[in-house]
Amino acid sequence: MAKFTKATSIKDWINQRLAIEKVEKVMGSEYWIPKNINFLWAMGMVLVITFVLLLVSGIFLLMYYQPNIDTAFYSVNYTIMRDVDFGWLWRHIHGVAASVVFLIIYIHMFTGIYYGSYKKGREMIWLSGMLLLVAFSAEAFSGYILPWGQMSYWAGMVITNLFSGGSLHADGLVEWIRGDYVPAQAFLSRFFMLHVLLIPLAILGLIGLHFAALRIPHVNNQDGEEIDFDAESKKYLDGDKKGSKVIRFANDFMSKDMMVAGIYLVFFFYLVFYNYGFAMDPVNFDPADGLKTPAHIYPEWYFLWSYEILRPFSIDIGLIAFAFAQGIFLGLPFLDRSPNAIAANRRGPAFMIWFWLMLTNMIVLTAMGKLPPEDPYSTIGYWAAILFIVQWLALPIITSYEKKV
Amino acid sequence: MKNKEPLILAVVVFFSLATYYLVEPYAHHILHKDVESKGFVYDGSDDILEVENIISGLQKTKLEKELEYKDASADEKQKLKTAIITSENDIAIQKVRLEKKQTFFSDVARIAKIKGDAVTGEAIFATCSGCHNDAGIVMGTIPPSLDNAGVYYTKNYLIGIIKDPVMISNVDHKFSVENEHPMASVKYMVSSDEDIANVVAYMQKIAISPEKVTPKMAYENTCGRCHSVVYEKWTQLGTTEKFKHKKDTLAAEIKVLEYEDSLKVYMGKLPPDLSMYIRSRGEHFISTFIENPQSQLEGTSMPRVGVTADTADKVVEYLKNAGDTKRHEREEIGRNVMIYIVIFALFAFLWKREIWKDLH
Amino acid sequence: MRDSSRRGFMGKAFGAVAGVGAVASLFAMKKTWDPLPSVKAAGFTTLDMSAYNENELITEKWRGKPIFVLKKSAEMIASQTPVQQERDVIVDGSHYMVAIGLCTHLGCIPAYNTDKKDFLCACHGGQFDFSGAVAKVPPPRGLDIPPFKVDGNKLVLGEVGPEYTKMKESGITL
Repeated sequence: MAKFTKATSIKDWINQRLAIEKVEKVMGSEYWIPKNINFLWAMGMVLVITFVLLLVSGIFLLMYYQPNIDTAFYSVNYTIMRDVDFGWLWRHIHGVAASVVFLIIYIHMFTGIYYGSYKKGREMIWLSGMLLLVAFSAEAFSGYILPWGQMSYWAGMVITNLFSGGSLHADGLVEWIRGDYVPAQAFLSRFFMLHVLLIPLAILGLIGLHFAALRIPHVNNQDGEEIDFDAESKKYLDGDKKGSKVIRFANDFMSKDMMVAGIYLVFFFYLVFYNYGFAMDPVNFDPADGLKTPAHIYPEWYFLWSYEILRPFSIDIGLIAFAFAQGIFLGLPFLDRSPNAIAANRRGPAFMIWFWLMLTNMIVLTAMGKLPPEDPYSTIGYWAAILFIVQWLALPIITSYEKKV
Repeated sequence: MKNKEPLILAVVVFFSLATYYLVEPYAHHILHKDVESKGFVYDGSDDILEVENIISGLQKTKLEKELEYKDASADEKQKLKTAIITSENDIAIQKVRLEKKQTFFSDVARIAKIKGDAVTGEAIFATCSGCHNDAGIVMGTIPPSLDNAGVYYTKNYLIGIIKDPVMISNVDHKFSVENEHPMASVKYMVSSDEDIANVVAYMQKIAISPEKVTPKMAYENTCGRCHSVVYEKWTQLGTTEKFKHKKDTLAAEIKVLEYEDSLKVYMGKLPPDLSMYIRSRGEHFISTFIENPQSQLEGTSMPRVGVTADTADKVVEYLKNAGDTKRHEREEIGRNVMIYIVIFALFAFLWKREIWKDLH
Repeated sequence: MRDSSRRGFMGKAFGAVAGVGAVASLFAMKKTWDPLPSVKAAGFTTLDMSAYNENELITEKWRGKPIFVLKKSAEMIASQTPVQQERDVIVDGSHYMVAIGLCTHLGCIPAYNTDKKDFLCACHGGQFDFSGAVAKVPPPRGLDIPPFKVDGNKLVLGEVGPEYTKMKESGITL
C-alpha cells in the first residue's frame, strides 16, 4: 500500500491520492510537441472545441425534443425555436457545428495526407481518425432524421434503401434497419437512440484511441523530421528554449491552439448568426410527408462526394463504387508504398500531382452531387468518379517508384 | 525559416470557399428558377408570356417529330404521325388560350382607365354581398369579406376578378365549361365596363387606409381562408379558441376538418400550413410566388390573389413572425457575441505572442 | 507444464462459454430491432373482395397509402380496350381496378366521378379512366398497382402473387 502523509495543503491532499502533478506533466507541461509546425496542427483542438459545442448544445436540445413522429417537427420548430429561451441559439449552434465539423475534419484529413502523417508508426492515428469520420458521419445522418422534416424522411428512405444491396434485393435488411416498411415511429425512435447515446459513446471511445495513438509516435512536423524527443526536451528543460526543437503542449502549444481557435470561433459564430442556411436545409422546414417526394433529394454537402460516386453508375456498380469510396481511405497507410514520410512537396512530382488532383476531384464530385443528374453535370460526375477510383488504384504504383529522400 | 502560414491559410480558404460557392449559390441558381417581381401590377404580361413559351415549346417538339418522321420505319411513322397531330391540336388549343388572355387583359386595361363612381357602385355592390360579407356559404372556400378588399388588392385585380375570375387568377388550365369557377357567374351579373369601374371605385372608397393594415389582417384576409398557420393558432376558419369543455373543442375541430374537406375537393389537395414557410421557402420565393404562383410552380391549383405590393410585404412580415419569431433577438445577440468573440481572439493572440517570445 | 496447459485449456473453455452468452445476447438484440408484429400485420392488408358494389369507389389503406378499389360492372368490362383489360385484377370471376390512389404526376389524390366513370385530379387536371390508365396528361403513367396476391375471394396487398409479377414484368406498373 502506498504511503500517505499528513497533507500540507488541499492540493497536496489530492496529489497524494490522484497524482495530479504527474498527470499534469504527462498530459501538459511535459507532453512534447515539435516546434516546426503550422496552424494546421491546431485543427485537432478546433475539432475538440466543435465537438464540445455540439455536446453542450445537444444536451439542451434534448431537454425539449420529442422523438415522436407526430410531435418531433413541432417540438423542434415551435417549442425549441419559439418557446424555449435561447432554444433557437442551441439549435443554430448544433446545426452549424454539425456541418462545420466536417469542414474541419476534411482539412485535418488532407493535412495528414499532405504531410505524410499516416506512416512510420502513425498508422493507428490515421485508422482511428478514419473510424472517427465514419462515426461522425453516422452521427450526422442520425441527427438529420430527428427534426422529421421532408429531407429527414426522404434522406432516411433513400439511405436505408442502399442496404437492399441493389440486385440482391435485401428488403428484409432494409425493413430490419427501419423497423417498418417505411420510415416511421420505430425508425425515428431507434435513430434517436443512436444519435444521443450509442454513436456519441463510440465517438468518445474513438477520440480516446485517437489521442492514445499519438503518444508513442508523437505528433508529426512540417518536414517529417525524426526528432529525438528525449534529447530535445532535456535541452528545453535546461533553459535552451530557443534552440530546442520541441515545446511543451501546455502552455506553449496550447496558446497557439487558442489563437487559432479564437479566429475559428469568429468564423463559426458569424455562420451561426448570419449565414446558417447552408447547414439547415430549407426543405427540412417542411414537415415529413411520405406521400410527397421533394423535387430534389440530396444529402448534406459533406456526403455529396461519395453520393456522386454512387449516382452515375447502374445501381450494382454504383453500390460497389460507393463501398470502395467509403473504405479506401482506411487503406491509405498501406497503399502508399513510398519509403518517405514527409510533406508532399518534397516527395517528387508524382505524389504532389496525386494529392492536388484528389483534393480538386473531390470538390468537383461534391459540386456534381448537389446538381441535378442531367448533362453536363452527370457526365462530369461520371468521369470524376472514374478518376477517383483510378487515382486510388494508381497510388501503390506511383508511390513504389518514389525515391528515398 | 520563411513563414509559410499566410500561404497555407490562403490555400485552405480558397478550397473551402470554392466548395461553398459550388454547393450553395451556384447549385441553388441551377436548382431553382430565378424569378423577379414585376411590381404587382397584374397587367397580364406574365400570363401572356407563359402561354407564348408553351406554344414555342410545343412547336419545337413538333418540328423535332417531323424531322424524325422523314427517316423513320413504317411502324414508327404511324406513332409519330399521331404525336404530330396531338401537338398540332395542343398548339391550336394554346393559341386560343393566348388570344383569350390578350383580349382579357386589354379589357382590364380599358376599364382601369374609366373613372368609377363610388355612389353608383354602392348599389351594384349589393349583388356581391349575396355571397360575400359573411353570407355563411362555402363555395370551395368561404367567399371573403369585401370590407377592405379595396386596400388589400390592386385595382387591376379587382376589375379582373369581376370581368373573369379564372383569367385574372391565372388558373384557366384547371377550369372549363363543365367545371366552372365558383365565381364564374359574376360576369353575367356585373358586366358593363362602367358597372365594374363603379363597383371597384366603391370598394376602394370604403376600405381603410393602407397604414392601418396590420400584417395579421393582411394575412388572414388574403391567404388565411385556405392556409392555416398552426404556430399562430390560425385555422382557415379563424383563430383557434379555447373552450372549457372538450366537447366544444372537438366540435370546433370538426368544423375546421369539414371545411378542409371542401377545400380539398376544390383545390385537389389541402393547401399547406404556412407556419414554417419563411424558413422552407424564403422571403423572395414567397413574395414572387404570391405575385404569380404559376411562375415558380407550373400548373399549381393556387390562384393568383392579386394583392398590392404593400399587402405582400405585410404577409411576409406575418410569416416571419410565425416561422422566424426570434429574428430580432438573433440579430442583437449575434452582434454582442461577435464583439465578444473578437475580443476573445485578440486576447488569445496576445497570450500566444507572450509565450512564443521565448520560443523563437 | 501440465498445470499451465490445463490453465490454458480452462481459459479457452471459459472464453467459449462467454462467447456463447455473447452470441445469445446478440440474437436477443437482433430480435429487438425487428419490426413489431403490429407493424408487420399493418404491412399486409387483406381485402374481402365480395363486399364491394359495382362502380362504387372504395378507398382502403395499405402501408400509409390510399388504395382505390373499384368493382367493374359487366358493361364496363365489355367496353374495355386491351390496355385497360391488362390492368384488371380478377378475383373470383369479378373484375376490379386496384391501384394506389395517388396521381403519378405529383401525388395528389384524384377523385372518382361515378357518372363519367373516370378520375379527375383537381391539382393539374390529369385524368384517368376507370381502369386507372391515363386519359389526359400530365400524369406520366397510369395509377400504380400495389403488390397483390389473390387468395380465394380475398386479395392480400403487400404479398406478391403471379398476376402481379406478370403486370410488373410487362411494365403495366412500376
